[in-house]
Amino acid sequence: MTFRLPGRAFIRRTLALAHAEVLHVKRDRAMLVQITMVPLIQLLIVSNAATFEIKRTPTYVIDYDRTSTSRGLVTRLASSGLVKVVGESTSPDESNDAMLSGRATLVLMIPREFEASLVRTGTATVGLDLNAEKGSAAGIVQSYVAQTLEAYSRELGVAIRPTRRNVAVRSAQFLSPRPDAGMIDVRARGWYNPTLDYKDYMVPAVLVALVTMVGTLLTAQNIAREKEVGTLEQLNVTPISRAEFVTAKLLPFWVLGLLDLTLGLIVGRIVFAMPIRGSLFLLYGAAGIYLIVALAIGLLISTLVDTQQQAMFISFFLIMIYLLISGLLTPIDSMPHWMQILSEFNPVRHFNAISRGVLIKGAGLRQITFQLTVLSIYAALAMTVAIRQYRKRTA
Amino acid sequence: MNALLGLLRKEWYHILRDRRTLFVIIFYPVVQVMLFGSSIRTDVRDVRLAIVDPTPDATTLELRNRFTASSVFRIVSVTPTDASLAHLFQTDTAQVAVAFQPRFGERLSRGEAAQVLVFSDATEPNSGTSRQMYVKKVLQDYQREIGLSTGAIRIEPRVRSRFNPTRVSANLFVPGLMAVILTIIAALMTALSLTREKETGTMEVLLVSPLRPWQIIVGKIAPYLAIGLFGVLSVYSVARIVFGVPMHGSLILLIAEGMLFILVSLSIGILISARTTSQRVAMLAVVMITLLPTQMLSGVVFPIESMPRFLQFMSQFFPARWFIVIVRGVMLKGVGLAYLWQETVILGVMAVILLTASTRSFKVRLQ
Repeated sequence: MTFRLPGRAFIRRTLALAHAEVLHVKRDRAMLVQITMVPLIQLLIVSNAATFEIKRTPTYVIDYDRTSTSRGLVTRLASSGLVKVVGESTSPDESNDAMLSGRATLVLMIPREFEASLVRTGTATVGLDLNAEKGSAAGIVQSYVAQTLEAYSRELGVAIRPTRRNVAVRSAQFLSPRPDAGMIDVRARGWYNPTLDYKDYMVPAVLVALVTMVGTLLTAQNIAREKEVGTLEQLNVTPISRAEFVTAKLLPFWVLGLLDLTLGLIVGRIVFAMPIRGSLFLLYGAAGIYLIVALAIGLLISTLVDTQQQAMFISFFLIMIYLLISGLLTPIDSMPHWMQILSEFNPVRHFNAISRGVLIKGAGLRQITFQLTVLSIYAALAMTVAIRQYRKRTA
Repeated sequence: MNALLGLLRKEWYHILRDRRTLFVIIFYPVVQVMLFGSSIRTDVRDVRLAIVDPTPDATTLELRNRFTASSVFRIVSVTPTDASLAHLFQTDTAQVAVAFQPRFGERLSRGEAAQVLVFSDATEPNSGTSRQMYVKKVLQDYQREIGLSTGAIRIEPRVRSRFNPTRVSANLFVPGLMAVILTIIAALMTALSLTREKETGTMEVLLVSPLRPWQIIVGKIAPYLAIGLFGVLSVYSVARIVFGVPMHGSLILLIAEGMLFILVSLSIGILISARTTSQRVAMLAVVMITLLPTQMLSGVVFPIESMPRFLQFMSQFFPARWFIVIVRGVMLKGVGLAYLWQETVILGVMAVILLTASTRSFKVRLQ
């Protein structure tokens, strides 16, 4: 294939064909819905639903001790805002039932002699039965409870076992202007998302998913339909070249992808108050490059199939794999090592890193140079392969 | 009856002839389960830590060693100022940073409060929180060991994790995926196969044939019921063999509930195809009405109790939500109908309503 400089004829023919494409899109109601409504609904539903936020854990309490210390512990946990007491009794059967039926996800068991043991030996155990079906959430709940217990025992320590050291520390606290004198004072802060809102994390990723869908699915489906109804043959017998055909077919979808991104950004900003900390110009530049990759993959799929149904199934299949190992829904750092390596080859991963980096963290060009370079290489590669694969003659 | 058998044969040929779609149907469940099953690890490991230490001394060096000694942290940068932290976070080089106050050790030894700032990248809130808690734990352990803690008593939690003691995420996701895969096979395939008959005009031939509406529906449903059964078994096998997901309950019950769920999905597919005329519209409707809600709203990946009220309410109308409770209950908790009868009844009612509605809407078009 020879790469000539685009002459005037090339531009004219490409634009004419692209114009036809635009008319098709405008005429086709289903397509319009696919382009406008689907992304909107996706954005609204997915951004709200895609959350691992930990709400108050429904907890069943079995308190065999029934002393002020054990009651204090229950009250302390309940008032910490992470535990909701849903039932209480001294019957293990009932707690088991609550767990099996899903009413409770945590059972707190305070043994007999809890307070007595604390006074006598300074230690006591409590039982925590955790429904660990939801692995990571269970881990966080467990650490929260452990931290609350730690804080509670620190408070209790002075009251229950007035050792010499404790008294000394207490009087030191009383005398000193700083209550935590001689302590390591740990202050923690979460950057970029101090309110720990999952929407801030998800909306930039849903934008990536939208652009991917438009780029790959719509393109594959569109060309497959021309094949199915036979209009592709008509195009093939016209004098337009492969490069012209490909450019004209892809250009409208490239623009559409950017339009959908704009739509998503506006909705994300207005409805979800999504942060935009970096440069939008940079984001659009990256999206422009990424869309070339997505479109080329769509074109490749369309060359492999005969019908729309096949195009849909195969694009769905691919997009699913793509999105799953991109860090879109689940962080890449929590994937197994082999999958992390595999994901380096996934363009979605890099665009997603750019989207989150620019929008949430305010990353600039210097911070995303690596991802941009990788995407540019993929764009050049994918486009070359797709154009080579596309043949004007049908078999 | 002969006519029905003929129709069944025809459907089989259709399915078997389309190799690429068949390939996707067979491999979709396997690949999705493999990917999802291994895409989430919940243990915190290899956290990239940045240290800001303006005046390194024995105490801060000791603390640094403690961070690296645990397999949890890997120190990626040590700087005297926090100026470069933003860059480290933005490029994702560091995930958490610990900044010591100047003259940290000195202050501590003089009995003053020594401050440590812990910054974590909370872009993904839960990971951010867990990493932060790990850092705090290292600091607290150190504090306790050097005897700075005032708490002379300890309440020790003895934790027992039930139903998924190793907290393997595959145990959570894989059973849920069964619902997604069955929805795709059942609803999407049926809707597409019926609308394709309309699009290509062969539906008319079916309608003028002596077949009764219910026979057409049975003919369309039966093959996909079989494929769905295959789907249940393949997800089950991958779950058991590859991921070692436990099976505490009865397989027969699981298969029976699976068939019930497939029936519901199939009727949705038929209902959609009765109201649409082209494959693309049908496909769009299926994605919007069943696939997206099943993936996002049924608790497959994201827990329902974390969602806003409105979506929690909405999720009750999607059959997958109930089916997932059943699958997890049977596989992970080993419970039987005694605990799952409510979900089963809901699915049953949905099946009856939807099947009636789809047969009805089919009749209308006969006239």
